[in-house]
Amino acid sequence: MRVLGLDVGSRTVDAVWLEDGAITDRAVLDAGFAPQEVAAELVARAPFDRIGATGYGRHAAALHFGAEVITEIGAYALGAAALHPEARSILDIGGQDTKVIRLDPAGRVLDFEMNDKCAAGTGRFLEVMARALGCEIDELGPAALAASGTVRVSSMCTVFAESEVIGLLHRGEPRESVARGLHEAVARRTLSVLRRVRAEPPLLFAGGGARNPALVELITSGMGGEVFVAPEPQIVGAVGAALHASQDRPRVPLTLKTS
Amino acid sequence: MSDTTVDYHPMWTELGLDLVAHDMLLTAIPQMYADAYLSQQDRPAGMAYFDFVLSEIHGLRIKELQDHKAAGGTVIGTFCLYVPEEIIRALGGLSVGLCAGAEWAYDQVEQVLPRNTCALIKSAMGFKMGKVCPYVESADLVVGETTCDGKKKAYELFGELAPVYVMELPQMKRAADLELWRGELDRFVAKLEEVTGRRLTFEALQQATKEVNDKRRALQRLNAARVASPAPISGKDALLAVQVAFYDDVPRFTQMVNKIADELEARIAAGQGVAPADAPRVLITGSPMSIPNWKVHDLVEKAGGVVVSEELCTGARYYEQLVAEDATTLEDLLDDIAEKYLDINCACFTPNPGRIEDVLRLAREHKADGILHYALQFCAPYQIEATTVERAARDAGLPLLRVDTDYSMEDVGQLATRIEAFLEMLEA
Repeated sequence: MRVLGLDVGSRTVDAVWLEDGAITDRAVLDAGFAPQEVAAELVARAPFDRIGATGYGRHAAALHFGAEVITEIGAYALGAAALHPEARSILDIGGQDTKVIRLDPAGRVLDFEMNDKCAAGTGRFLEVMARALGCEIDELGPAALAASGTVRVSSMCTVFAESEVIGLLHRGEPRESVARGLHEAVARRTLSVLRRVRAEPPLLFAGGGARNPALVELITSGMGGEVFVAPEPQIVGAVGAALHASQDRPRVPLTLKTS
Repeated sequence: MSDTTVDYHPMWTELGLDLVAHDMLLTAIPQMYADAYLSQQDRPAGMAYFDFVLSEIHGLRIKELQDHKAAGGTVIGTFCLYVPEEIIRALGGLSVGLCAGAEWAYDQVEQVLPRNTCALIKSAMGFKMGKVCPYVESADLVVGETTCDGKKKAYELFGELAPVYVMELPQMKRAADLELWRGELDRFVAKLEEVTGRRLTFEALQQATKEVNDKRRALQRLNAARVASPAPISGKDALLAVQVAFYDDVPRFTQMVNKIADELEARIAAGQGVAPADAPRVLITGSPMSIPNWKVHDLVEKAGGVVVSEELCTGARYYEQLVAEDATTLEDLLDDIAEKYLDINCACFTPNPGRIEDVLRLAREHKADGILHYALQFCAPYQIEATTVERAARDAGLPLLRVDTDYSMEDVGQLATRIEAFLEMLEA
């Protein structure tokens, strides 16, 4: 059986193709301004027997493509259990959401938390800060790691933090130190959510945020336990969506057949 | 049933409503109601009564209040279930819950109240300042209570706009507190005797006690039917019944709810429900929900869950306790009324173990798969007590989702995802 899993997110649309319980291909595309068109393009790429969807656009995907729907929380849990069965908790820093999920040994959700008032500390926050520092988002983490010092960033509001960053630069603080301070602020906030949910190691770090090496370092030292980064952190949700729609049992741990 | 040709504008003008703003409000409510209520499948036929009541919420019922006043009666506005309806009725008053369930005139409200005041208080103030609540405009007296600091202080400002009388509800449950509360009932009786020009008699209070108890018994029957699986009525419909109980005509309401309960009992016998038998069953507990605040129930039920009971002021707290009916003197009956009301477990009490017991008992009786703790943002009593409820739920092996929200719709996207994920977790 061929299954397509879609994660129609706020910043990217991610897809995974499964065949007989193994991953045959995957894609991560910019959601742009028409995420459902991006999804349609992925749907048209290859034939499939079943389709599952998660992410902001999951209900629209159900409407347009007949996808079976699962929330990001459920999808990440399923995806993590198949890809990284040792994980006892998951941290997903996405475009506008931060999610923390605690799992039981069978990979079922025991507890979770997700921001619902404010997108502080998410991928979008880092994007805006990268712009304020005049760099690309992919350069932000390495800049923070290269810093010799740090500064305290107090505001977690995207707008006020940006003003704070500009103020710090005017004061003559090096860009790297400011980048470091921003990552520390995000990590503090994230660790407090991890503690609230009583997340236990091993922690799987997924979502676009896991591509940021400074965040990985700070979360790892803050957790005081094993943290590992999903090799392809942006497809965990899509894998979960595919497994939700699939009737085949995945071959655990699930791996990529082609690369 | 509805006579749609009646134009209530002259009545609203007489009440001093802001007609333009009020017309706007009256176009918004039916849309919300249609989206939340009329879109449901397989509703009990008896809910047609509530459809009618909602369609006439500012019409026919207000007309009835005016007729009652013209015949020498009074209308007493309240914001809380601790204000004893029995006493109001026994003195020829009609007790009506005042509007406090939607964002209204916040621009005016925020000139007098801090922005970070809970939605219920801001809304109550907004409906008054914006002149769009015909209930408060019909009220001869508004009775407040000291159930939280926000309300307590807001009543001082509300009192500049309407005649307000505040009852002191103690916040502990010791003998001395009951004594204080019993004294408050005497003072309340004296105040109402002054406003109504009548004397409280034992016979009238006994009769009113029976009527209000009958209303609670009818709601208890409706709630008992929700133990069944599949659920014979949606949580939204059951919530609406309690919301309407606060202002509807008592004997008529009782009769209609009993009719619905008959229907639900027949549905149970036939194995008929409004949701599949395997739909995740959720108990909701926390802050009060005034009309048209159906936000959380709507999200749970549109995501495929079913709300099986509410440990809310607009839920079990309203109808679970009855006043003893065996008193033979006025003083004894007032004692019984004082005891019944002080038995209600609002989060304004400290400590408040009774509420935890109620939550766990309702969850067990109604076979809830999980608990949703709903608190209005800035409602410190419920937001803080959520921690105690969460611990107790965890110890009982019941998953609990905490939702802190307000009347705005800006968080519904995120909340829908959290609630859907919670239901997935209950199903797994």
